[in-house]
Amino acid sequence: MSRLAVDNLGISFGGVTALTDVSFNVEAGEIFAIIGPNGAGKTTLFNIVSGLYPPRQGRVLLNDEDVTGLPPFKLARRGLSRTFQNLQVFFRMSAVDNVMVGRHMHEKRNVIAHLFTLPSVLEQNRVTRAKAEELLAFVDLSDVTDRPAGNLPYGALRRLEIARALATEPKILLLDEPAAGCNPVETEEIDNVIQKIAATGVAVVLVEHDMKLVMKISHRIHVLDQGHTIAQGSAAQVRTDERVIAAYLGRHGQREAGRA
Amino acid sequence: MPEFLQFAFSGLTVGAIYALVALGFTLIYNASGVIYFAQGEFVMLGGMVTVFAHAAGMPLPLAALTALVTAVVIGLTLYKFAIEPARGASAVSLIIITIGASILLRGVTSIVFDKNFHSLPPYAGGEPWIVGGAALLPQSIIVLAGAAAIVAALWYFLTRTLTGKAVLATAANRLAARLVGINTNAVVGLSFAVSAAIGAIGGILMTPITFTSYDSGTLLALKGFAAAMLGGMGNPIGAVVGGLAVGLLEAFSAGYISSSYKDAVAFLVILGVLFVMPNGLFGRSGVERV
Amino acid sequence: MRRFFDSPYAVVLVLAVVVAILPLALPSLFYLRVAALICIFALAVVGLNLLIGFAGQVSLGHAGFFGIGAYAVAIGPTHLGVPPWLALIAGAAAAGIVAFLVGRPILRLRGHYLAVATLGMGLLFAMVFANESAWTGGPDGMPVPRLEVFGWRISGPWSWYWIAGVTLVIGAWIAANVIASPTGRALRAIHDSETAAQVLGIDVARYKLIAFVLSAVYAAVAGAYLAMFDGLVTPEAAGFLRSIEFVTMAVLGGLGSTLGGIVGAALLVLLPQLLTVFHDYEHIALGLVMILVMIFVPAGIVPSLATLLGWKRS
Repeated sequence: MSRLAVDNLGISFGGVTALTDVSFNVEAGEIFAIIGPNGAGKTTLFNIVSGLYPPRQGRVLLNDEDVTGLPPFKLARRGLSRTFQNLQVFFRMSAVDNVMVGRHMHEKRNVIAHLFTLPSVLEQNRVTRAKAEELLAFVDLSDVTDRPAGNLPYGALRRLEIARALATEPKILLLDEPAAGCNPVETEEIDNVIQKIAATGVAVVLVEHDMKLVMKISHRIHVLDQGHTIAQGSAAQVRTDERVIAAYLGRHGQREAGRA
Repeated sequence: MPEFLQFAFSGLTVGAIYALVALGFTLIYNASGVIYFAQGEFVMLGGMVTVFAHAAGMPLPLAALTALVTAVVIGLTLYKFAIEPARGASAVSLIIITIGASILLRGVTSIVFDKNFHSLPPYAGGEPWIVGGAALLPQSIIVLAGAAAIVAALWYFLTRTLTGKAVLATAANRLAARLVGINTNAVVGLSFAVSAAIGAIGGILMTPITFTSYDSGTLLALKGFAAAMLGGMGNPIGAVVGGLAVGLLEAFSAGYISSSYKDAVAFLVILGVLFVMPNGLFGRSGVERV
Repeated sequence: MRRFFDSPYAVVLVLAVVVAILPLALPSLFYLRVAALICIFALAVVGLNLLIGFAGQVSLGHAGFFGIGAYAVAIGPTHLGVPPWLALIAGAAAAGIVAFLVGRPILRLRGHYLAVATLGMGLLFAMVFANESAWTGGPDGMPVPRLEVFGWRISGPWSWYWIAGVTLVIGAWIAANVIASPTGRALRAIHDSETAAQVLGIDVARYKLIAFVLSAVYAAVAGAYLAMFDGLVTPEAAGFLRSIEFVTMAVLGGLGSTLGGIVGAALLVLLPQLLTVFHDYEHIALGLVMILVMIFVPAGIVPSLATLLGWKRS
């Protein structure tokens, strides 16, 4: 049983085909990277899998159940969570509040109790906050717990989004360019965090431009070009694949890959 | 049949006015992204200033011209001192500013003039024509012809003149327009001036038929807005079609159903359109980018 | 100071103290009346702030719910023989139910479209109140019987000041509860990013609806109070200008700040009272306030002051 299976997925916008016949499976504990040049359809793929766009064709399965077309919040309740390439942090809330929102599904959602702040609500707020603080520590953000998210540096926001996504206790985690805009030290930290997450049995799907990071931590790599799959395999296989080199890596990438 | 025609005539006449208001909305929305709730006040100003200038002894054409110039000056002033300083503000802020402008104009009008209803003598004389058993007022023809002339002039301006093309370019992509050397600030200012003029002409045309008073602008703005939305926000042809459609729907429901809920029609239309086709009859759908 | 003002409950505490001691400082019944009016309007605005300030959803039609509350306490006792206090509760419930029914389709819309749809909704209510004369007295409105509780007839500024003041404190307390709860976190999340909220498992439509219904109930209670206080209700209670007034109060004081909503309500109620000499200039003043505040203090008075005085991190 695959945690996530994508079967013949396709979508087009205003007649322009963005994705055609993309299929892959991701297993528990695996780090599965999706790479490809700009416009290859990586983020579109994430948007379909997480329920933001309805696909024109194909299916998405979570734990062998067809979940195609379900709204994002229902997918979240089945264990799917994600981060965003162009950050979707709750900028008006503090760092810890951001992560507390991620605990939403695991909280009691009785509005009447919330109106009158029954003791159970206070107790639950305490539990949620403790859990959120734990996750902030996990991504090394304990020192900014009560700072407004709007004041945090870029690298911290990337990790904050990861902590928030983890708060939902996902079984499948989609990370959309988690290292974009981060300096080498921050990238190193994120790379450790991702490996720790996968080690707990979460299936991690990663879209990333930092080839060094991808080649180092991914178990398998799936390469897209202009909406089509052109290769899939281990880092070593992908690195030497003729089509990948031609379509994507080019001279510069070859050098880069050689160094990795 | 005569009854049906009669409702159609009156529906088209008010519909033409709604279409003009909707056109004004559309111009401003395209140029600046602002929903200009004060648009109806310019129709009111067009009527009121003409009435009082005429009463003060000006010949009617001169009074109408005075009203037109007044509206344009006020339109530009509001743009300069209320809209432009708030550029980049949130949707809620802009809504409040334009509604504030509308209330301000209403207040000023009630002080400068008065709070009574006013009308003007018809611009073309006397007897209604009988068409298919229904009476068609010459003034209705004038309203329809005037509205058609404005639509034609606007079309010519937007598609056949360089300035007009600059307006379209700014609407399509403000940054790109600026990069190719268009003075986008001037274009936005121009849109506010043209919208004020279109509104004022609407007011001048309709006052002999419908009466005007300091507070007649709000309902007009809302109906014009319903029309613009029905046609798909930002689409000039849609605005005209939407305006006529709202006018006709209103006239028929007043005639065949109940006149006391005549004003409700426009809003039922808005709600219906928004629920069924959130992008209007002629609007494009957009995909949210994440 | 900073910590204190960051807590939503601080506002409730300050408010309770102010409501309790304010009558000592008021020189005459006239001012007590004004204070009662402020409390009534502030109640509606505190509710609306949950919707606009926290969930980030605009409504230009909340006077419709205000009108439902107001007409409930007029029609209930007059036509149906329902005691006023029960009509008050029924009115609040009716507003909540109506909000629940229209909320789901309306709240699918965003930004300008949502603004216009709610505006249309409010106007439809106002038209019903103006047209169904047999029930509502038509455009001239109808008288509202005095509130009677356990044989006590409640009328006059003193009684209404205490009723409205205490209700406002309770309303602010409930708002503070909501804000500090999982529901409040969901609402604030929706305001900043609906997409992220959905992905975290938040049923966005449900929470928007919760805020919409809550704010409608606040508005209806305020409407019922005002109608009983005035002894009269007219369709203007549900009118476009009233809706705009509510939003302006919320924005003027500061969206997302309960204290701001109350300050905004106080200013906008006081303005015409102070300008009675210039009664004709009321519209001009209101219009100017709306424009100037949005240009010069777009964040609203309370948050801007708080930042200025260093109570709050910007």
